[in-house]
Formats: sequence, structure tokens, C-alpha cells
Amino acid sequence: MIDWTIVRDMLPAFWNGLLMTLLLLVSSAIAGLALAVPLAVARSARSRWARWPVFGFTYVIRGTPLLVQLFIIYYGLPQFGVIRNSALWPVLRDPWFCAWLAFTLNTTAYTTEIFAGAIRTTPSGEIEAARAMGLSRAQVFRDVFWPGAWRRALPQYGNEIVQLMHATALASTVTIVEILRVGRDVYTNYLKIPESFGMAAVFYLVLTLVLTGLFRALERHYLRHLDPRASITPRPDPVKEPAHA
Amino acid sequence: MFHGYLPMILDGLRVTLSVALVSLAVACIFGLMGASAKLSASPVLRGIAGAYTTVIRALPDLLLMLIVFYGGQILLNRVAAARGWDYIDINAFLAGTITLGFVFGAYLTETFRGAILAIPRGQIEAGHAMGLTRGQVMRDIVIPQMVRHAIPGFTNNWLVMLKATALVSIIGLDDMVHRASLASAATREPFTFYALIGAIYLAVTTLSILALGALERRVSRGVRPEATA
Amino acid sequence: MRLSLAALSLFALSGAAFAQDQVRIGVEGNYPPFSQVAPDGSLSGFDIDIANAICEQMQAECTLVQQEWDGMIPALAANKFDMIVASMTITDERRKVVDFSDPYYDVPSRFVAAEGAFEGYSPEELAGKTIIVLRNSPRAQYLQATYPDSRILAVDREPAVYLELAAGRGDIAFGSSVVSAEAFLKQPEGEGFAQVGETLTLTDSVDGGVGIAMRKGDEALRTRVNQALAAILEDGSYAEMAGRYFDFDITPPHARQ
Repeated sequence: MIDWTIVRDMLPAFWNGLLMTLLLLVSSAIAGLALAVPLAVARSARSRWARWPVFGFTYVIRGTPLLVQLFIIYYGLPQFGVIRNSALWPVLRDPWFCAWLAFTLNTTAYTTEIFAGAIRTTPSGEIEAARAMGLSRAQVFRDVFWPGAWRRALPQYGNEIVQLMHATALASTVTIVEILRVGRDVYTNYLKIPESFGMAAVFYLVLTLVLTGLFRALERHYLRHLDPRASITPRPDPVKEPAHA
Repeated sequence: MFHGYLPMILDGLRVTLSVALVSLAVACIFGLMGASAKLSASPVLRGIAGAYTTVIRALPDLLLMLIVFYGGQILLNRVAAARGWDYIDINAFLAGTITLGFVFGAYLTETFRGAILAIPRGQIEAGHAMGLTRGQVMRDIVIPQMVRHAIPGFTNNWLVMLKATALVSIIGLDDMVHRASLASAATREPFTFYALIGAIYLAVTTLSILALGALERRVSRGVRPEATA
Repeated sequence: MRLSLAALSLFALSGAAFAQDQVRIGVEGNYPPFSQVAPDGSLSGFDIDIANAICEQMQAECTLVQQEWDGMIPALAANKFDMIVASMTITDERRKVVDFSDPYYDVPSRFVAAEGAFEGYSPEELAGKTIIVLRNSPRAQYLQATYPDSRILAVDREPAVYLELAAGRGDIAFGSSVVSAEAFLKQPEGEGFAQVGETLTLTDSVDGGVGIAMRKGDEALRTRVNQALAAILEDGSYAEMAGRYFDFDITPPHARQ
């Protein structure tokens, strides 16, 4: 039923598509994380003037479809002569840059909200204790405040990265040849679902498994203190002592 | 400002909203079926529902839509050919809504399942002990409380699905995004029209959040906040 | 000539049996002057005229179904329509998944670039440059084979090939000589661009050209379509339709006497 010759012939194309997907994912994830950290701090600041612009940004980005954001950047920006004539034009018109920019803005908005939520739930006791122990503001931020927020945000952040990986499929709408575009081309040329979309699905499944596995490992490391099995107190020997009711 | 294309875009909004609402209905059906399958005693049903939610949530929406769209048509054509029927023509609207509904049904399965599990079992047992039938227990005890617990997840899924309706333009449906691309091509002003539909999506999102927030407050009347640690 | 007339009349006599049948035809609407959509939604163009003429010859009731180019063959396979009249070039790859009628026209391909941008168009001169072309098409395959050192930007519809060139996302475009002239060079955004380089005929001389695609195995329809095509080529209606759009001969090689 499955024509394995098509699978074999198309494997190099899918492999290249995978590399594209990974490149898009990693570059926008890193940029998004870098932008989200300061924005999240601003988002949870006491001052209205810091909070509201960031909230405006995240609200607009999270309230509109990524596809529309992508089209605004890719198709919309060239409408303006200012942009077409600027020195940055060769960069701004490149499909790669447009896709990267759209994905970065999108993941920045969601990540900012995730981290802001984690920051807001920082137990005040932790900060007070740290200050009471004589740590400077910078040390408190770096060693107490931020690691705590990162730990709390980790599960949701992992989820967001998986969503970002799925979102890279939209790059196929602006000529970038990533996994889904290869799948669609194979379908158009051979009209067989398993060898085209099925293959794409396999690649995405593996990617999802790897990413969720990676984040579960990170959670096990950073959230060790919450794991009831990681306690250092000696466990009752299962042979000598029966389980308690 | 919009060179007379505004009515066309707003008509596209009508299409987008109908797709979103019909998909929501389909998704609720799949979600309820999935949730009850996942909570059922039969390991076969649990397995099927588990595979459904796991596979769907592991793949991009656009890929799933293309698979259901093309695969579904091929399947239906084979059925029609086997039965000797002429052909079953699924228009893009039907294809889009069934696809979206099937995909988001997986997410709603988890939402509904979590909501049902959040209902204290004691209430259901008490209902049975008092002699209420299964149907009455479902209608008077389970569903009202499930609604309350499901609303946050439901709101989230609705917002995600609303934005995902933009993807049906890729499988050929003449929705708001498609109208914007037509208008941009005719007027050579893509930014104007894509920004316009972005603003329209934002407006619909805002209205949804307000409406569902009001609904949540209403069904949570009289519910005391749980004691926090 | 007499033989085909006889065949045609025999066909017409037996036409009563086919008079009631419905044929759905897939068309694009985004490939001027072969097919385009007016703001009110009506379709027009050479492909449309050919589709209607063939329908008349086959004495069938036809519905034109508009379909975006990217999903054209999948839609045919999914039974959205019975045949495609959308300037689809006959290629061996496509023959693996669909059946084609005899060709009904053939036009060459040309490069399009900003005037004076390039001196030559050989693979060496275009190395490192970005060439824009329609994806999954014989032109794309030709570029991939002949210009391995150039970057290929593949878009999903022919007008976008030229629009992306105008937007500056590529250095040079490669497309239909007729469509680039009609859809781009005659429009305001085509100012400053021109067809450059040689006129290339990619299809071979025996059965080259664009044809009408049908589902694999649909021999009955294919025979009828070929007969209808032969008829309109013979009786002058083809020449008349072509004359409305083109001032040069676009008859496919096999039909030129």
C-alpha cells in the first residue's frame, strides 16, 4: 500500500525540510527567550508605565492569528516606500527573516506572559529571607528570584516551545521549504497521503517526542525539590516493613 | 481607506465566524465523546481516545487539516465508488469545519475530562444514593458543575480555534483571510487589509474574553474560593 | 478532414445518449489572458473559451469550478471536477498521476528581469542569483537541472512569480512568455522590467504543450475530449478564439499542418 520507493526518493527532501524547521525553531526560540525575560520583568513591575505597553504588545500578538501576523510582515511591509528604500530592505524582504520575525514576536508574547505569571507567584517569603540574609538586590534577582520563576514557568514554557515547533509549519505559506511544504509538494506530485503527509507527520511526531522528553528531563532536574521520590530520608525497606495503609 | 472592499471583508468575517461556531459545535461533540471514552471502564475506548488526543496534540494544526481534508475526501470518494453513488461533494466549508472540529475536539477532550474529574465523587454517589437516575445525575449534578470547571480551558480552546480558522483559507475556503488577499491583490495594499483583519480578529477575541469571563462569573455564583495553602 | 467530419457526425448522432451528462471543469482564474476572474466573479480567458467550446462539441452540460493552482491535481483526484482546463503542461511526472488529452496550445518560456540588470542568462552568469518560478512545474524542473548554482524561489501561483520579482525578493523570474507579458509587463508594477534572454521551448516537439488533465483511467472522457479538440482545431473555431487573444500562432506542434 505504501510505495517505499517514493519514501526513499523523498527522504533527502524531508531531511532538508527538517533542518529548516529546526533552524527556524531554534533561532526564534532563543530570540524570543532573550526578549521575554526583560519584558516579563516589565510586565510584572509596579509601575503602570512599564506594565501597560508590554501588556498591549502581548495582548495584540496573542489576540491575532499567527498567519495574519506573518502575512502582515511578509506581504504588508513592502507596501511602504520607506521600507523598500531603506538600507535594511535586503533583510526585510527575505522570506527567512520575515518568518523568523513573525515567530519570534509571537513566542516572545506568549513567553512573556508565562514568565510574568511565574514572577507574580514568587513567594514573598523567599525574597524577604534572601534580603534578610544580606544578599544585594542583584544577587537576590540572580540567585533567588529568577531561578524560582524559571522553575515555576518550566512546564508551561516547554508547552510553548512545542507549540512554536508546530507553528513553524506556517512558514510553508511564504515559500520556505520546511517539513510541511515538502509533504504538500510530495502530495501534489504523487497524490498519496501516507508517503507525503504521513511522512511529515512522522517527522513532527519524532520532533514532539524529543522536545517533550527534553523538557521532562529539564523539569526533573529543576523541579527535583518537588519530587516526592527525591527525598533523602531513608525509605522503609519494602521487605522488612509492610506498606502502611 | 479600504477602496470599497470593506463590505467584502466583513462578509468574510461572517464566513470566519460561522466556521468558528460550527467547528466549536463539532469540537464539543468530539470532546464529550472523547472525554467519556477516556473516563470509561473499557480499556479499548480509553486506548482509542488516548491515541486520538496524543496524536492530534503532537502534530501541527495545518498538517492535520490537510490530512483530514484530502484524506477525508479520498475516503468518501472510495465509499461512494464502492456503493455505486455518483460522488459526494464536500464543499470547503464542510471540510474546514469538520477538520477544525476534529482537531480541537482532542483539546476539548482534555478540558472536559479535567472538568469532570474535578467534580467531587461524593456528590455523584450521593445523587445515586438518593435514587436519581443516571440521566438525572448527569443533567442536574455533573453537567452544571462540569461547565463551571471547564470554562477556563474552554475559553482558551475557543480563542485558539478562533485564530486557527485563519488556516482554512489555505485549504481553499473563501474566509476573511482569503478576502483580504483578494483585496490586497486588487489594490496593491496588502498591509492595509491584513492589518484590518488583524484588528477584526482582535475585536472578536476581546468580545469573547469579556463574554466568557461574564459567563464564568455567573456560573461561579455562590462558589466559595478554595482555601489556599 | 473528411474522415474526421464523418467521425464527428457519427458522434453527433450518438450524441443524444450523452446530451444529458454533466461535466465539471476545473479552471484557475489567475492566469491571464488564459483565465482570469472579473471583480464580479465571472471567469474569462482563452482557457475558459476552450473549455466551453469543448463542452459544446461534447454536447455536455458543463459547470466551471474555480480552483487554486496549488491544489489543482489533488482536487481532480478528489472528484471535485472531471477535467482540468488550466494551461497545465503535459509532463511525464504528471502523466504518472493523471491522463492528458492531446495538447491544445504551446507557448514558450522567457526570463523576466529588470531592464539591463543582466548581460547574459547562462548558468554561470546567474550563479548565486535568486530565480523565481512556479513550484512543481516543468519550468521549475528545468531550472533545477540547468541552474544548480542559482537559488530557486518557488511560489504557488504564476502571478506571484512576477509580483515577488517586483517586490524584490528575487533577481530574475522564469515563466510563460504570454502570461508575463499580460499579467505583469502591461501592468503598472511591471514598469522597468522586460522579457530577456532567449525564448525557450521546454516541451518536446512531438506532444508538447498544455493539455486537459483527467483522472487516470477515464478513457471514455479522454476520447470524447480529444475528438472535441480535434473538431475545434479543424473547423476554425480554435483559430477564431486564439485570434481574440494572440497575434501569433499558439497551435500545438502536432496540430500544425
